[in-house]
Amino acid sequence: MFVNQFLFLAAVLFCIGVYGVIARKNAVLMLMSIELILNSVNINFLTFAMRNGSTDGHTFALYIIAVAAAEVGVGLGLVLLVYRNKKTISVDDLSEMRG
Amino acid sequence: MNLLAAETEILAPLASGWFLDNAWLIPVVPAIAFALIILIGKRLPMKGSELGVASMLASLVLSAGAAYQWIQRVNSATEEQFVEPVIKSWSWWRSGGFDFGIGQHIDGLSVVVLFVVAFISTLVQIYSLEYLRGDRRYTHFFAALTLFSGGMLAMVLADNMILFLLGWEIMGLCSFMLIGHWWEEDANSRAALKAFFTVRTGDVGLLVGISMLYFAANDWTQENLGLSGFSIRGISAWALSGEPNSTVIMVAAIALFIASIGKSGQFPLHTWLPDAMAGPTPVSSLLHSSTMVVAGVFLVARLYPVFFVGLDILGSGGNLIMFIGAITIVISAALAFVQNDIKRVLAYSTVSQLGYMMLGLGAGAWLPAVFHIFTHAFFKACLFLGAGSISHSASHHSFDMKSDMGGLRKVMPITFTTWIISTLALCGVFPFSGFFSKDEIIDNVGNNGYNTFMIIGLVGAFMTAAYMTRATYLTFFGEPRGASAGHSSHESHDAHASHGPHESGLLITAPLMILSVLALGSGLLNATPFGESWERMKLWVEPRAVEVVDSTYPGGPGESLFIDVPSAEDSHSKSVCGTATPEKGVCYAPQLEHAKFKWSKAMLSMVIVFLGMAMSWILSMLLFTKRDARLVGLTQRIKILGVGHNFLVNKYYLDDLYEKVIVRSVAYPISRAAYWFNQNILDGILHSISSLTRKLSGWVYQNIDKRVVDGTVNNSATFTKSVGTAAQPTQSGKVGQYGALLFSAAAVAALVLVIINT
Repeated sequence: MFVNQFLFLAAVLFCIGVYGVIARKNAVLMLMSIELILNSVNINFLTFAMRNGSTDGHTFALYIIAVAAAEVGVGLGLVLLVYRNKKTISVDDLSEMRG
Repeated sequence: MNLLAAETEILAPLASGWFLDNAWLIPVVPAIAFALIILIGKRLPMKGSELGVASMLASLVLSAGAAYQWIQRVNSATEEQFVEPVIKSWSWWRSGGFDFGIGQHIDGLSVVVLFVVAFISTLVQIYSLEYLRGDRRYTHFFAALTLFSGGMLAMVLADNMILFLLGWEIMGLCSFMLIGHWWEEDANSRAALKAFFTVRTGDVGLLVGISMLYFAANDWTQENLGLSGFSIRGISAWALSGEPNSTVIMVAAIALFIASIGKSGQFPLHTWLPDAMAGPTPVSSLLHSSTMVVAGVFLVARLYPVFFVGLDILGSGGNLIMFIGAITIVISAALAFVQNDIKRVLAYSTVSQLGYMMLGLGAGAWLPAVFHIFTHAFFKACLFLGAGSISHSASHHSFDMKSDMGGLRKVMPITFTTWIISTLALCGVFPFSGFFSKDEIIDNVGNNGYNTFMIIGLVGAFMTAAYMTRATYLTFFGEPRGASAGHSSHESHDAHASHGPHESGLLITAPLMILSVLALGSGLLNATPFGESWERMKLWVEPRAVEVVDSTYPGGPGESLFIDVPSAEDSHSKSVCGTATPEKGVCYAPQLEHAKFKWSKAMLSMVIVFLGMAMSWILSMLLFTKRDARLVGLTQRIKILGVGHNFLVNKYYLDDLYEKVIVRSVAYPISRAAYWFNQNILDGILHSISSLTRKLSGWVYQNIDKRVVDGTVNNSATFTKSVGTAAQPTQSGKVGQYGALLFSAAAVAALVLVIINT
């Protein structure tokens, strides 16, 4: 089995996603990075489901896909509204804190 | 294996071919086209319509090829041999021990319906090019139309009930989109919702039926055929194996039949069909001729063994399917008399014709019913497209026969001719196609011993002839009225007003002409009056009721069933399928009888039809043209007639029953009870709790709050403030920084977890 390769792929994707969330200023790109993270988790689930020969991982992956879809819907809605109000989607410009 | 095959000459290898093996492409092409139209349709020169037409043409070619090769396959078999359907299946997904397949099941029935659907869809799309030119949602219309046909095609060639359900629901969704195509008008979106919900009501039955059949049949089919309990082939064999519990299969058949009632607009769920006229005319034409409404009939025809055993078809006294079919024939034909909207007349006529198909299936006349699907598709599509042609070119988009039509036969010669041919076919006049199918249904119903139902069928034929004559008279004869006479209320902004009623363009008339030729000639494919050699449809389509011993099946793992090879005498004896338990193998179709054609019987129905036409013609002429004083206002003068007329105009008050009585009686008391419970019980509890709480809180405030709590709070506030000052830099409002903190915390936690676990 190529379990290692799959896990490695998932880890790489996860890291890219984390990097994106931390380093990117653009809200849409951040959402995309979150998708990457979620999908790297999916790959993990499926890999172990394949290794253990059970369908539980598949079930979880399906749930994650559904939740991710909902999350992107809400997220993009937020981004749209933010853009309408502020004319920018750079997350750093949104902070109104004084700390 | 080879030895066995050599011993039994009858098991000759059947011819097959590329088109049969790859029939699954037929629905795949429109599905891909749908996606393409949605994605890039708007950027194409013809706004995506070319993709729709091209995909339907491809499907047509593929299904025509499949039909041709199927005929070759039948011809390569011997007289007594069961023509194995071409089955291919793949595993779609597996979950918890269930195996959901996807695949094709091509036999005579699928081939016929596939061809009809692809053919009508192609013509309807070509017609729509002109009819919907300049529409607001032109691209979306073609996308939905293509997916609609794709859904029907997928359902028709489904090899298992899950795929069947998928196609069935795709059609439900697309019919909703298409009926509500012009949703800006409230009536249209209401009609779309009504269609969707009414059909969904029936669909519950389909789900229940499929699950029941799966759990009842799965063990048997796995053991004997190596097929899943969803597979249509497995279910058919199981139903005829003598194995099923009679109650289980009866309930399953009834559940499935409820789905058919909803989809095929049978009484009492027929109310959505006439309202579905709110959609554009090409949609009505497609919906009412080959797709959607035929799906319910197709379900019964497809799982015929289940209905045959479950509802005791051919038993004495009739069964549920026959009763529903017979009721539908008569009540919807009666409704067609009081409609002024030409499309609604046709809609009720469809409902009535579907009743014939159901009656036929219920009475054991499987082949005539399927043949009626075939012929009906052509003439009904032609009639609807004719009505569309009239509204497009002559009556300013009005469908009202009484106020906006009349005398159109001179200005629209092509539409008029095709309409007359299709009307004669619908009425069942020899030698038009409807005669060969409808008369055959009536004849076989009588032949199988259901005389009452045969009489109902004849009454229905009489009524069909009468209401179609009325509609024809109002549309094409008499004096032009309203818009078709040239004086329109909205003349100023309508381009058509300047040149009055005229014949439609070639894109509209060409489909009409093609369809009318088929309305005239398609009956010859099973022309029983001309003898056995003309009964092509029977040879090609009807599954042969023979016990199949060597059940090697294409696709799917498992072991073959090896039982004794029948001797030559056995195979020529009368089949036990459907009547007794097959002992040597399995049956896929019950043994059915065919009525011997007699001219005397046909003449009787001919006379009835002509009588209906003549009576209706005379009455229409007196009433609508001569304005005969004895007839005009008859319903106002004679009370009992008025009551009957009102009863029909209000569609037997079924809509009122559903919306006002059932929906209200369910929804209103529940909401009222909830309100009362809320006001009296919940509020009461809340009030008493709150007064108690107030007293208690007064004491607590004086003794505990001021002394103990305040002290603690003040101290903790000071503490929090200092911590807050310390942690302030982290709360920067920079999302990236938050993310970094979050992930580093997670990383630390993961590290801890790893350390603990090792």
